[in-house]
Amino acid sequence: MKGIETQQQTVFRMEEVSKTYQMGEVKVRALKSINLELEEGELIVLLGPSGSGKSTLLNILGGLDVPTEGRVWFKGRNLTKASDADLTRFRRECVGFVFQFYNLIPSLTARENVALVTEIAVHPMRPREALGLVGLDERLDHFPAQLSGGEQQRVAIARAIAKRPQVLLCDEPTGALDFQTGKRVLEAIELVNKELGTTTAIITHNAGIAAMADKVITMRSGEITDIQRNLVKVKPSQLEW
Amino acid sequence: MNSLDRKLFRDLLRQWGQLIAIALVVSCGIASFVMSLSAYDSLKFTKTTYYNQYRFAEVFASLKRAPETLSDRITEIPGVGQVQTRIVVDVILDVPEKEQPATGRMISLPSQQHPMLNDIYIRRGRYIEAGRGDEVLVSESFAKANNLKLEDTLGAVINGRWQKLRIVGIAISPEYIYEVRGGASLFPDNERFGILWMEREALATAFDMDGAFNNVTLTLSRGASEQNVIDRLDRILERYGGLGAYPREDQLSNHIVDGEIKELEGMTTVIPTLFLAIAAFLLHVVLSRLIATQREQIAILKAFGYTKAAIGFHYLKFVMAIVLFGATLGTILGLWMGKGLTELYAEFLRFPIFRYNADWRVVFGAIAISIFGAIVGGLGSVYKAVSLPPAVAMRPEPPPEFKPTLIERWGLQNLFSPAGRIILRNLERKPLQASLSILGIALAVAILITGRYFEDAVTYLVDVQFRHVQREDVTIVFNEPRPARTRYEVAKLPGVVQSEVFRSVPAKLRFQHYQHRSGLTGIQANAELLRLVDRSLNTVNLPADGVVLTKKLAEILHVQPGDVLTVEVLEADRPVRSIPVVGLVDELMGLSAYMEINALNKLMREGQTISGAYLRVDANLANKLYTRLKEIPAVAAFTTRQAALDSFNEISGKNMRVMTFILVIFASIITFSVVYNSARIALSERSRELASLRILGFTRAEIAFILLGEQAILILLAIPIGFLLGYGFAAYMSWTYNQELFRLPLIITRSAYAFTFLVVSIASVISGFIIRRQLNNLDLIAVLKTRE
Repeated sequence: MKGIETQQQTVFRMEEVSKTYQMGEVKVRALKSINLELEEGELIVLLGPSGSGKSTLLNILGGLDVPTEGRVWFKGRNLTKASDADLTRFRRECVGFVFQFYNLIPSLTARENVALVTEIAVHPMRPREALGLVGLDERLDHFPAQLSGGEQQRVAIARAIAKRPQVLLCDEPTGALDFQTGKRVLEAIELVNKELGTTTAIITHNAGIAAMADKVITMRSGEITDIQRNLVKVKPSQLEW
Repeated sequence: MNSLDRKLFRDLLRQWGQLIAIALVVSCGIASFVMSLSAYDSLKFTKTTYYNQYRFAEVFASLKRAPETLSDRITEIPGVGQVQTRIVVDVILDVPEKEQPATGRMISLPSQQHPMLNDIYIRRGRYIEAGRGDEVLVSESFAKANNLKLEDTLGAVINGRWQKLRIVGIAISPEYIYEVRGGASLFPDNERFGILWMEREALATAFDMDGAFNNVTLTLSRGASEQNVIDRLDRILERYGGLGAYPREDQLSNHIVDGEIKELEGMTTVIPTLFLAIAAFLLHVVLSRLIATQREQIAILKAFGYTKAAIGFHYLKFVMAIVLFGATLGTILGLWMGKGLTELYAEFLRFPIFRYNADWRVVFGAIAISIFGAIVGGLGSVYKAVSLPPAVAMRPEPPPEFKPTLIERWGLQNLFSPAGRIILRNLERKPLQASLSILGIALAVAILITGRYFEDAVTYLVDVQFRHVQREDVTIVFNEPRPARTRYEVAKLPGVVQSEVFRSVPAKLRFQHYQHRSGLTGIQANAELLRLVDRSLNTVNLPADGVVLTKKLAEILHVQPGDVLTVEVLEADRPVRSIPVVGLVDELMGLSAYMEINALNKLMREGQTISGAYLRVDANLANKLYTRLKEIPAVAAFTTRQAALDSFNEISGKNMRVMTFILVIFASIITFSVVYNSARIALSERSRELASLRILGFTRAEIAFILLGEQAILILLAIPIGFLLGYGFAAYMSWTYNQELFRLPLIITRSAYAFTFLVVSIASVISGFIIRRQLNNLDLIAVLKTRE
């Protein structure tokens, strides 16, 4: 199985990662002994029904959560041993997040929402530049309430990429959007992946999106059931679901 | 401004109404703190400056008569600075157009004006002319109360001779800021008591004091022991009928001035504390609500790599912004009011100078206190925000864990409807939030109780002193002890319905190393015009032997009934005796030691002798009595109960009533804002749950019951706690006002509790009504769409 891919650098490596939640009196095993490697510049789609553990996996990759068992490496850094302050620095310097419900700060304009991140980043773009990348340079000074769902999600993407992160993690980025708007958001994500070479992971329960990925990981009940590599990537505009 | 600060700014703007209300509560607290503390500082400073500039003496002593040469011996006492001998006598005055006679205290002045102790400041007119024995300077308060102008004349019986005195000047002196006669009159009665300054020569001639003096005041040199000087002075004056020297601290006018200033000090603690505690509570409520709604925003900030410190500081700044706004407003307001208040006091106290200085200490103190309040109010919520793990914060809040309540564990659940059970489980699940709401409401209740306490205590004090203890209409004091048969002459005076005589002697009371210079008052065993009462206002019988003390005096001397006091009489043969304390009385004004009059005569080894009489007067014949009294040379002083009552009301009663009124207004507003705020927050926290119930078919009344029922329980729990807290505050106030001059009893009337209950109920009903209307407007679809 060694080919051209081996020359790419491994960004994330997970070994025997498990996560157990205590929900009242029941223990829920959200992840069961996951082993996974993600390569630099890849666009990955994590596919699975709700409750399959994909959000937990993403949270652990992004340093929002820590596994109960197992180890996680980010470019040789052991995230499982990192302190809270280390994880904060990791997120600040390396990770961009996009969420299903956009999670914009309602009291800040599009430009200010992006600035929120650029102000604490090391080599950020200018907010206008980031918003330009997602086609929103006309709506810089609008508040979230004045933007459509798709526009809000594109602001969220601009906010996530403005710091030039090494990884972009998107949790159901189209989950709250209609078909056309969803496709436009996916185009923006693909553009970032291609232009900036950012390793990108998209979580979705929508199998139609899988066609745009380099690699498709399928999950069920906290386990990886399948990993597939797409030989031909489909452009987001041509996706159907 | 960075983006986080911009968010802060907009969050503040969005809730401006609620936040301004909190800022105003803060500013009320800070304003009252700055006002009272700056006025307190300024008055103390003004007083000290006045005392220094006009050389107010530090030790005072009266005596019968001593040769002027004695002043050299007094000057030689180690530690004595300047010495000034004087002639001081009380005379009855006939004021033009006044029916009642007045008492004038004549104080000698040197014939040439030069700097002296207890110097006078001439407001109008001029100094007396040498050799003019009929010229006097009159104290300003007395002149004002009696409409006296320059060139007016007063009639006076001076040593048995009728004499006309011409007013050439109106003056004030640091010694008589409050013009109080002393003895039984502890409050100024400016219409009937005033100071007259007269040339020493003339006064000496009239009272047979040539080359002699009967009063001496002195200052101390730096580092001198006051007590040593007093002891040495007492020993020197003993042969000359010394009545016991006393320090400035015990000088009556100074004592009252200090009491007034001290009242301000009391205001600097309790009231601002209450306001700031309530502001802290409101901040906590608003901030915890804000943080709950911004749960996801906090998670996002953390996901982006904002540190805990940055997020904590962000929310702390939110609180600080409100509090500092309030504090700034409060400081400006407080400084402005403080200047006004100082001016008012300075005018009231007739200080010739006025200094307002607001120390940086006051401003910094105010800001420090408000920051402390902000931190107390905000810390819990901020900590909660900071400690939330980002992955947890990202998810909607899990359904809260509910456990069977105490009531269900006791098997009583069938007594409650499902709605009732929702209420109980909610209260039990969030005990901290419930306790904070209870505490907030309880504090408002406590302020109301405290406010009412003042009014009730003063009313009670007046009632005890002027209805139960003092029951006479008029008190007359003779210029020297008179034989007992004088009582028949007194009884025959026009208009006198009932008369009881008394004997009073100046004395020092000692027990172990405690001592107090007051007097012994001998009254008739069955006295009705001056009645001794205990705490429950029952008459205390005066035993044939022994002394009965005011409880406060017993406290000062550390004695209890059964202990034996050493009494050092400062009159006549100056006997020193041991007398047992046989009882205590609960008088609320002044300090007294009572004996049966015959026992006192026996102690003095004198025949039956009296010093004055209490009279009950037929109101229709009162004027005849007054006219007659003006002509009797033996009468040195005259007071009426009504005048004493009026003057007490004027000085202390009025201040307290104004304060009470303000407190009650403030407290009512605060009660409303606390009750409304806590219900309003509950509504916004639970609108989703309540809307769900409406969709399930609950009626508006039923969901209102769930929400308002919970609030009602909180209020009902808060009221008794507030009563207890209020009782505590009142006890503290009563302890603060436990002075020699008067004492506020710890009295909280049933009507105070009822009044408080009523105010809280009205505030609750009004806020309940407003919330109910907001509940009716609940948009069911919109509420269900919002993500928790």
